[in-house]
Amino acid sequence: MYEFFIAPFAEFGFMQRALFGSLLLSLSACPVGVFLMLRRMSLTGDAVAHGILPGAAVAYLMFGLEIVPMTIGGLIAGLVVALGAGAVARFTLQKEDASLAAFYLISLALGVLVISIRGSSVDLMQVLFGTVLALDSSALILIASICVITLVSLTIFWRGLVAECLDPLFLRSVSRIGTPVHFAFLTLTVLNLVAGFQALGTLLSVGLMMLPAAGARFWVNRVSAMSALAVLFGFASCVTGLLVSYHAALPSGPSIILAAGVIYIASVFCGTRGLIRTHFITHRHRTA
Amino acid sequence: MAENCLTFENLTLGYNSHAAVHHLNGAVRRGSLTAVVGANGSGKSTLMKGIVGALKPISGKIDIKPGTRIAYLPQQSEIDRSFPARVFDLVSLGLWPKRGLLGRITAGDRAEISKALMSVGLSGFENRPIDTLSGGQMQRALFARVLLQDADLILLDEPFNAIDAKTVGDLLDLVQRWHGEGRTIIVVAHDLDLVRENFPECLLLARSAVAWGPTRTALHPERLLAARRFDEAWHEDAPWCGDSQEPHAHNHDHHPHHHA
Repeated sequence: MYEFFIAPFAEFGFMQRALFGSLLLSLSACPVGVFLMLRRMSLTGDAVAHGILPGAAVAYLMFGLEIVPMTIGGLIAGLVVALGAGAVARFTLQKEDASLAAFYLISLALGVLVISIRGSSVDLMQVLFGTVLALDSSALILIASICVITLVSLTIFWRGLVAECLDPLFLRSVSRIGTPVHFAFLTLTVLNLVAGFQALGTLLSVGLMMLPAAGARFWVNRVSAMSALAVLFGFASCVTGLLVSYHAALPSGPSIILAAGVIYIASVFCGTRGLIRTHFITHRHRTA
Repeated sequence: MAENCLTFENLTLGYNSHAAVHHLNGAVRRGSLTAVVGANGSGKSTLMKGIVGALKPISGKIDIKPGTRIAYLPQQSEIDRSFPARVFDLVSLGLWPKRGLLGRITAGDRAEISKALMSVGLSGFENRPIDTLSGGQMQRALFARVLLQDADLILLDEPFNAIDAKTVGDLLDLVQRWHGEGRTIIVVAHDLDLVRENFPECLLLARSAVAWGPTRTALHPERLLAARRFDEAWHEDAPWCGDSQEPHAHNHDHHPHHHA
């Protein structure tokens, strides 16, 4: 038991850092994922993650694999895509899905172009898929800071976010806070994706954000409980994914996301609101 | 004479420079209970949107007495019924003007929410998920939210659509109670008998005001006939609303808009 579960983390510094970083990432990104899902913006994370690429790529080409420039670059590109698309959706007749598709496609093409100017496909792979086992202390500090910012902002904006999801028209009639809340939320999404891409790459960092949230939806019916459960699912995925990757010598990022995927599929079937309970078990019912 | 809560000055509201509410003049007295009646497309909902500020006037203006708290129940709400919220969460949004983003929901607030739910006949519904509510129950919950908003001016856009007679009766009682408390209420309604029985004043709308005053005279058969004759469609070649034939034309900034 000890050999299998504890030893990899106890004996290797890189495993400890990977575990610590990915747990922090779950704590921060999973609640954001819950709100993305509830706002039917599940694919927004995906689009924004693609949008981060050119910023990270430019920084990578200029400074090499350095966490700070790549983070700042990714942040700028991600914010341009998320806030630009959000603004087009808010202030024109176009809906967010279309404006987001337009912005991220432009951004993605730009990113691939930048990388191909000087890089090889190995560079591209590194940016796209990240390396959780190579997290250094500056990366961990970055992830921890983003985690704190996210949790504090979510606490402050919680009621506004719930109101904006539940009845946006009402919120607009009593307060002007709806638009700032929406943009603050988009910013949090970008921040968390940027925090994730060093560890998991731009593409897979969305996985840790969305899969635990999507799974938690099948178990509980309260936003707060859903966020807590999503974080728990995230933790479980990180531990399982890292252990599997260690023992079977598999890449760690995909292992973590696949572990989250397994939890999701299991939830679809076995959740209290999942397929089996709602379709195949005949319930007794109360008279009222 | 009671003071006015709301004044329309040569108000034109519309979409893409086509007028949906045309040169409306008049005032809503504080504490009055007014029904807005008219055919589909006659500008009733547009007028409501204009009052809450969701739609900017093409010309003219709406004066709302400063400090007026408005509660607005739209015809088509944007409530996400699949959102994992309880009735309590939905109704407690009505406390927003009082508590805002950060204010704590106190034990007193909880009691107030329970009381509001009781007033609309939904006692004990606090923990029900909103996706299990019927249409009528949802409307009752939304009235409870309006109740909590404690507004001076209450705008209800077709609140009695697809609602059974018992619920309509209960909700009308609530409207009468608000009226008794001196709040200003404007309700868009279609049922003329209901309007005659419950609303002292009535605005009959057919893009412009056909009649506005005591319900008995406003809903006179001749007026109703006049209202029914109005042409709902927009015409691309509708003449631009002129400068000469309007008595108050000098009052409004000269944004051109089509007559229909």
